[in-house]
Amino acid sequence: MIHFFTLLFAGALFGAGLGLSGMTDPSRVIGFLDVTGNWDPSLALVMGGAIVSFGLGLVLWRRQSGGQGWFGHVLPKADSSPLDRPLVLGSIVFGIGWGLSGICPGPAIVNFGALRPEALAFVPAMGVGMILARVVFGADRD
Amino acid sequence: MPLLSIDQPLIPLAGGILIGLGTLLGAGASGVPPGISGLCSEILRAQKNAVGWRLVFVAGMIAGGLLVFRLSPAASAYRPSGSLLLMIVAGLLVGVGTRVGGGCTSGHGVCGIGLGSKRGFAGTLLFMGAAMVTVFVVRQIGGATP
Repeated sequence: MIHFFTLLFAGALFGAGLGLSGMTDPSRVIGFLDVTGNWDPSLALVMGGAIVSFGLGLVLWRRQSGGQGWFGHVLPKADSSPLDRPLVLGSIVFGIGWGLSGICPGPAIVNFGALRPEALAFVPAMGVGMILARVVFGADRD
Repeated sequence: MPLLSIDQPLIPLAGGILIGLGTLLGAGASGVPPGISGLCSEILRAQKNAVGWRLVFVAGMIAGGLLVFRLSPAASAYRPSGSLLLMIVAGLLVGVGTRVGGGCTSGHGVCGIGLGSKRGFAGTLLFMGAAMVTVFVVRQIGGATP
């Protein structure tokens, strides 16, 4: 039960952060990506704040607990596998989709929950894409 | 003046910190860095014991987002950037690309870079670069300025 509410609360912080930061407004995201036009750099603070609070929090947590998380889990470590072709090609394809729509997966989920029409179209297509990635391109099969 | 205005530069920073703390709690409570594309992919994969906690996190995301939309007119700003057909095409690209590439803005950007992973850095540089080039190209061929 505590596990359930911890995860629900963690998700709620994440979703609230997406909404508060402006990431759920596709045109604002495109304004951030529009570096040669009317560039709005403010969303860089979203990523910066998220990276620093997560990274620093994890370092402190690890130091205090010796690497133990909660509920019997170990705190995650960096994926140290080498850079490879799927990473490069997949990330570029993702970037094209993000640039076309101004929507990445987290905001897509929140906007889907808010029943916004574009997200209601985007999220099922994203799901199909993820299944294609696994079935056709061999992703996420471990 | 609304309670929360995202025109103030500290608001995106505060939003980012909330995202980071949610990621931290999720990672500590699951043992897995909770990148959103990975959560979605594992939910669709529907393997035993892998779906439940991820669905709870996703439900929390929606609840947190809806709460903030309700509290702040500025946060609830929503200006879609294209047709539903374009959203379907973009959704497909985002779905394929994030999973072949192994992460999205949160998985590579927040979790990967936060953990000091070189794959996270590389993925983030690549998808940011590709997204910026895409926006530039769309502008050149006459895409509407939002």
